Amino acid sequence: METEALTAWIREFARLIALNKDDLTELDSAIGDGDHGANMDRGLKAVVAVLDAEPQETPSALFKKVGMTLISKVGGASGPLYGTAFLRMAAAAGDDVDLAKVLRAALDGVVARGKAEPGDKTMLDALSPAVDVLETGGSVQAAADAAAKGRDATIPLVARKGRASYLGERSVGHADPGATSVTLLLVAAATTLGDDG
Amino acid sequence: MKKLINDPANVISDALLGFAAAHPELRVDHENRIVVRGDAPVQGKVGLVSGGGSGHEPLHAGFVGPGMLDAACAGEIFTSPVPDQMVAATRAVDGGAGVVHIVKNYTGDVMNFELAAEMVEADSGTQVVAVVIDDDVAVQDSLYTAGRRGVGATVLVEKIAGAAAEQGRPLDQVAEVARKVNAYSRSMGLALTSCTVPAAGKPTFDLPEGEMEVGIGIHGEPGRRRVPVAPADEIAEMLVAPILSDLDFTGGDGVIAFVNGMGATPLIELYVMFNEVSRLLTKAGIPVARSLVGPYITSLDMAGCSVTLMKADDDLLRLWDAPVRTPALRRGV
Repeated sequence: METEALTAWIREFARLIALNKDDLTELDSAIGDGDHGANMDRGLKAVVAVLDAEPQETPSALFKKVGMTLISKVGGASGPLYGTAFLRMAAAAGDDVDLAKVLRAALDGVVARGKAEPGDKTMLDALSPAVDVLETGGSVQAAADAAAKGRDATIPLVARKGRASYLGERSVGHADPGATSVTLLLVAAATTLGDDG
Repeated sequence: MKKLINDPANVISDALLGFAAAHPELRVDHENRIVVRGDAPVQGKVGLVSGGGSGHEPLHAGFVGPGMLDAACAGEIFTSPVPDQMVAATRAVDGGAGVVHIVKNYTGDVMNFELAAEMVEADSGTQVVAVVIDDDVAVQDSLYTAGRRGVGATVLVEKIAGAAAEQGRPLDQVAEVARKVNAYSRSMGLALTSCTVPAAGKPTFDLPEGEMEVGIGIHGEPGRRRVPVAPADEIAEMLVAPILSDLDFTGGDGVIAFVNGMGATPLIELYVMFNEVSRLLTKAGIPVARSLVGPYITSLDMAGCSVTLMKADDDLLRLWDAPVRTPALRRGV
């Protein structure tokens, strides 16, 4: 996979986050502290500005730049989680990027940083099924569909991590904002990376 | 929304400019949004760094100065600062004896401080120890939550560990004092009104005129339960009872009793509350060794209060009484 295509993926992710900023904030107001949309949008706008100014030469350099920028700009819990995910992707990306492999590395990074498990009502609940699909040879589109299904499956769950966990049973009935933004990352991949992943 | 602000987007930078103008004895790094003690780094002294979302003033920047914090990082309103800020603060206060990070137990704060510590250690070899504060009895501590929140005890930890560092105690001992204060402290809060985040422009939650929220956090997160407004003596009971049932405060050297205002509650009401709290403590056979009354860890313009009790011993009381010179807490100098 070419750096150019991967850059297009990140830019598409930034576009989808901006487009869905208010929805993400609304979800986060229901069960968190209402800043997920604004924080992610601030971070990805900074990513796009950095990529405009300094186009990256290799997949590894690209992912590293994205990770470091998100860590510096997003704050909250999403900054370290997304930042760690992209830094792990940078470490796992060889000359030829295997999407299943880098997203598995991202997933492991999120688990290590956030100490969450599937079913805790977090971004893992969308990311984990998507990685499973890719590892068993499924298409990027199928992975995006699996992420969306995982996101929807967080609606009836009780949150066990992050600020939403203070709500206990009151967190039931809302999709997890992190699972929702991760689904956008997979939808962006399906649009820009097609089926060669 | 009626607030004394210019552009809501600039509240934090405008406030830091004002803070710098009012307190020339401190250094304010406006780009990194950190406040550093004027004489930092103090050679041979353990550095104390804290930080968190803005909106809890005077916490944390108001507690920077001799006898308390060496540096504080200001995040967006109610959002953790980022590791770059924490790295800059840690470097600025590293006097060669290591640095303690005082971290309130919120998922974002914990992860950002963790990343910052990894970055500092990889880069310079400076030893960093994090102490996580989690004193809020309103949250059930279990595998199924992010754990208890860090609230009022943070002020006590910053004062007492700050005094230990100022005395020249080594890194592991300063961290141990901080952990002990946290382990000996319990808090419970209550909101009479919501707060309004400037960028949001409207109250974070609805709280009808005749109701109050018991067990509130400091970011407008919900509490344990919503009940009809009650007189101060009943409110004190609601706050003190869960604290006393969570930790045995008897048999020591009494407690430090801290009645904190959430931002919009006048001091006269906090003293009404302190009277009720001290009456309940007397009834329980727990002497009040020291007191603190006032708005020290706030939630923007929320009305309400929190009660923090810390089980005291000789060493902790001596450190509590030690001189301190910061914008928000000053004595003995």
